Amino acid sequence: MSQETLSDFPLELEGADAPMVRFRQVTKRYGNLTVLDSLDLDVAEGEMVTIIGPSGSGKTTVLRMLMTLETINEGVIYVDGKPLTHMPRNGGLVPADNRYLRKMRANIGMCFQHFNLFPHMTAIENCMEGPVHVLGLPKREARERSEELLEMVGMADKRDQHPSRLSGGQQQRVAIARALAMRPKVMLFDEVTSALDPEVIGEVTNVIRKLVGEHNLTMLMVTHQMGFAKDISDRVCFFFGGRIEEQGKPADLFGNPQRERTQQFLSAVKEAS
Amino acid sequence: MFDWRWDFTFEILPRLLWATVNTLMAAGIGYAIAVVLGLVLALAQRTSFKPLTYAVRELVEFIRSTPLVLQIFFVFYVGPQFGIRLAPWTAGMIAIGLHYASYLSEVYRGGLESVPKGQWEASLALNLSPARTYFRIIIPQALPPSLAGMGNYLVGIFKDTPMLSVIGVAELMHTANAIGSESYRFLEPYTLVGVIFLAISLPTAALIRVFEAWVRRQLGMN
Ligand SMILES: Nc1ncnc2c1ncn2[C@@H]1O[C@H](COP(=O)(O)OP(=O)(O)OP(=O)(O)O)[C@@H](O)[C@H]1O
Ligand SMILES: [Mg+2]
Repeated sequence: MSQETLSDFPLELEGADAPMVRFRQVTKRYGNLTVLDSLDLDVAEGEMVTIIGPSGSGKTTVLRMLMTLETINEGVIYVDGKPLTHMPRNGGLVPADNRYLRKMRANIGMCFQHFNLFPHMTAIENCMEGPVHVLGLPKREARERSEELLEMVGMADKRDQHPSRLSGGQQQRVAIARALAMRPKVMLFDEVTSALDPEVIGEVTNVIRKLVGEHNLTMLMVTHQMGFAKDISDRVCFFFGGRIEEQGKPADLFGNPQRERTQQFLSAVKEAS
Repeated sequence: MFDWRWDFTFEILPRLLWATVNTLMAAGIGYAIAVVLGLVLALAQRTSFKPLTYAVRELVEFIRSTPLVLQIFFVFYVGPQFGIRLAPWTAGMIAIGLHYASYLSEVYRGGLESVPKGQWEASLALNLSPARTYFRIIIPQALPPSLAGMGNYLVGIFKDTPMLSVIGVAELMHTANAIGSESYRFLEPYTLVGVIFLAISLPTAALIRVFEAWVRRQLGMN
């Protein structure tokens, strides 16, 4: 069924205004449950987009689909002008095979709520694993790159520690360095501070702030920290029931929300904090 | 009534110690086969090719539900009817290796399943190849929780080697039987066999625990 409608989707996005990330009518279901419902979302190159919304509204699912951790049921996702979930074949789009996915995945990096560092490797080994064994960089170059990034996240002195010796905030900073070491064009952050003790949240958010300032990186971030989202986002999307209920500049969305559900959500969050 | 003869004991001891070498060799070779083949069986059950997954799972279940001694007989005596004629050692190593491979595959399966899903997801996000993900990320983490089970089966395979005597592998039990039927004295050879097994099993079990702790330390996870 979805095969015939796929001919409506372009094989490539061209032009100067082509977004870095584009969701086109993306639907995701788990069994009978429609988690994302014909989602359209563009993220421009270098843009920082924050996704907020109630639990179960599909925020994580958006990032996981982009990381190719989940397949999609309908629609097409594009990254850097090329289809991600599909590949061109005989003038049309067909579901991407593993080889194509591997090539496209190189554009994307992700940080997880629970860090997911490799526990049997030191901080720097975690960072070097991808550059050496995926990008094929010489060890020395990978080490230099990793040291620079660990320096940037303030973890240079812990480079030879295993994750079990690091605090949550420190582990998350190493995880950010590890993802950046692959030089992705798009970085995804899924509630990267939710598992942290309040007093160390700042050390992780400060790293993300730095990224906004120093790199021309496209970022999608899911967070429950409204203050942080307001500070650093170019745009905020409020998700509700698998759709974007409302989106806009942080000042507008937080200062003057138009939709009732947005207002309810924001006041509920304000009360809780 | 209790007439233990020390002279006889010392007379047969060298022969039994020599047979112990064969027992250790049988256990060692059988275990080496089981360790590698067990991993193959465990990984085969995780492929996305369903017929293979299903066939391997049934095979493992079948081997685990039938006696080892039957499997030894089967490989040795039924094989020739299909033109597969194997020496006792070869047949024995295949049977015991396969038997313990199916047990070890279950140990590995448990170990692999104990690795958090996030490790797979992080590997994918870093674009690591499936082989690299398995051999550098997942298996090293599945190893420590598998070691206790692997150690149990090392002692287990060692204690099961006497079953190879039924097809004439000249290990300890086979040699003790031979001594018994030559001299009509069974007390000393069987007692010695028991002592030798005990003298090897107990320290091995202790060493395994030390090794387990060492591996955890090497992998930086304790
Ligand atoms: N693997 C899965 N199988 C079935 N349902 C799933 C699966 N993953 C997610 N869901 C469902 O999809 C919906 C959206 O999940 P998602 O994780 O995207 O929500 P979220 O907005 O990130 O919520 P939270 O704020 O709690 O993290 C939820 O109803 C969830 O139960
Ligand atoms: Mg979530």
